[in-house]
Amino acid sequence: MKLSVHDPRGYPPKVTGKRLAPRLQSLDGKVVYLVDCLFDNSEAFMNQLLDWFGEHLPAVNARIIKPRQSWVDDPDMRKRVEAEGQAAILGVGL
Amino acid sequence: MPTVAVHTDPFARLARATALANGMPTARQAFVPQPVVGRTPPQLRGYIEGVDPVSKRPFIQEVLEGLTRPLDDKDLKGVAFERSTPRLVPPGTEEDLQQLFIENKWTDFLPVILPTEERVAAMLRGTSHKPDEVVGRLAPTAFREAWEFTVEKVAVNAVMAGCRPEYLPVVLALAASGQTARSSSTTSFATLAMVNGPIRNEIGMDSGIGVLGPFNHANATIGRAYNLLSQNLQGGSVPGETYMGSLGNWYNYSACFPEAEERSPWPPFHVQKGFKAEESVASVFFGGRYTLAGFGPRETWREEFRRVFAACEQHLAPLLVLDPIAARGFVELGFDNKEKLAEWLSDNGRLSAREYWDNQWVQTLFRSLAVAGVEPYAAKYKAKPDELIRVYEPSQISIAVAGGETQGAWRMFGGRYVKSVSVDAWR
Repeated sequence: MKLSVHDPRGYPPKVTGKRLAPRLQSLDGKVVYLVDCLFDNSEAFMNQLLDWFGEHLPAVNARIIKPRQSWVDDPDMRKRVEAEGQAAILGVGL
Repeated sequence: MPTVAVHTDPFARLARATALANGMPTARQAFVPQPVVGRTPPQLRGYIEGVDPVSKRPFIQEVLEGLTRPLDDKDLKGVAFERSTPRLVPPGTEEDLQQLFIENKWTDFLPVILPTEERVAAMLRGTSHKPDEVVGRLAPTAFREAWEFTVEKVAVNAVMAGCRPEYLPVVLALAASGQTARSSSTTSFATLAMVNGPIRNEIGMDSGIGVLGPFNHANATIGRAYNLLSQNLQGGSVPGETYMGSLGNWYNYSACFPEAEERSPWPPFHVQKGFKAEESVASVFFGGRYTLAGFGPRETWREEFRRVFAACEQHLAPLLVLDPIAARGFVELGFDNKEKLAEWLSDNGRLSAREYWDNQWVQTLFRSLAVAGVEPYAAKYKAKPDELIRVYEPSQISIAVAGGETQGAWRMFGGRYVKSVSVDAWR
């Protein structure tokens, strides 16, 4: 005997496609923000990444920046990154 | 702006799934080995100068190319698509459908009641709300997409868990809380549920012997329904994709109990939260990560509770559940309301500042607040390393009474109070 059974899943939202931002031809002379997402020890990781840029790509102006709080969007930080930076590296997300 | 996101490698599938759900499947990502926590600066430098464990290419090359490699057609388009879940699955035999539910990871791997059209229709008679009414949205964690669900979808999961129709208003209230019982966090959280008010007795919940165990149909199946609906209505609770808890948590099977209001010396929990005693309410507590236990209050109860609080994790406030015998013992000591006991626990449950701040989640969640001057974290951050500081404020400590009075026992769970939801609104 065949049974007619409900699907137990909820309804996912529609996915809207987004294009990636244009890439840079070179990072030389550009401000690259290293966004510390505030997970435990990500500060140490970003410090090492900052040092790496200083030692290997000194023409890149790498800067560390942090949101006010972990897990919470920080519009002010994003505005500053957009206004003053040309690229961003976010991490370290678990 | 060109960006690259850096993750640890166990999160590769999750990161890609999240990028896809956000319409950017080609979002540039780079990976380092797990863990980052606890690694020294030289070890972290080794990650940066080493190989991306996912792409097997140099990590720094992934980062630099991620910011500079020209976009291709896929990058420019992104991906847009509609997803839908059908109301019914294709008809099948009992055996085939049970297997389908297991293969699709729609169960907790214990047998489920198949949600046939007849059973779901019967379940829906437990509420006056229409089947197509939207109840809310759930997500495995804050930054994942939230899926929407209706009364009927909640009823489907209630059937699967073995609930009776009269339990449905409680299950709907838990679903409407917006708090998932299946967090995807690496920390293996669970969500504990407590029911107050007349509904407890109306549907036969039991706050007596074995209240926190598998000894009552309503307690057990409501708690199971909350977990099943959480995993299915939020878009899954699948290891590596929508569940990342390292150790997992047995409370993810079922964790729901009623407060023993009639035998408690204190006002019920929902009254503390502003509801009337005659209202029926479901409250949810996020955590379930640690469990501590004891008896009392005996002669050395102060020392015992100080030890217990030192053992609680600093980032996850407790839910203290006292057997009525233990609760009455505290009344005899002068704690004539829950608030006084919470105040004592807060004031005496202290840790050195050094220990308090040496916790992964305290660092992640509270350090930035402390640096920004947000209290009480700022004061704790200024404390000297050996200064004893409060772990929790009194308002963060939840206290409930339940148990069979066969012993003056108590249990303390990681259980940060989230919210209380009216059950009556879902009758």
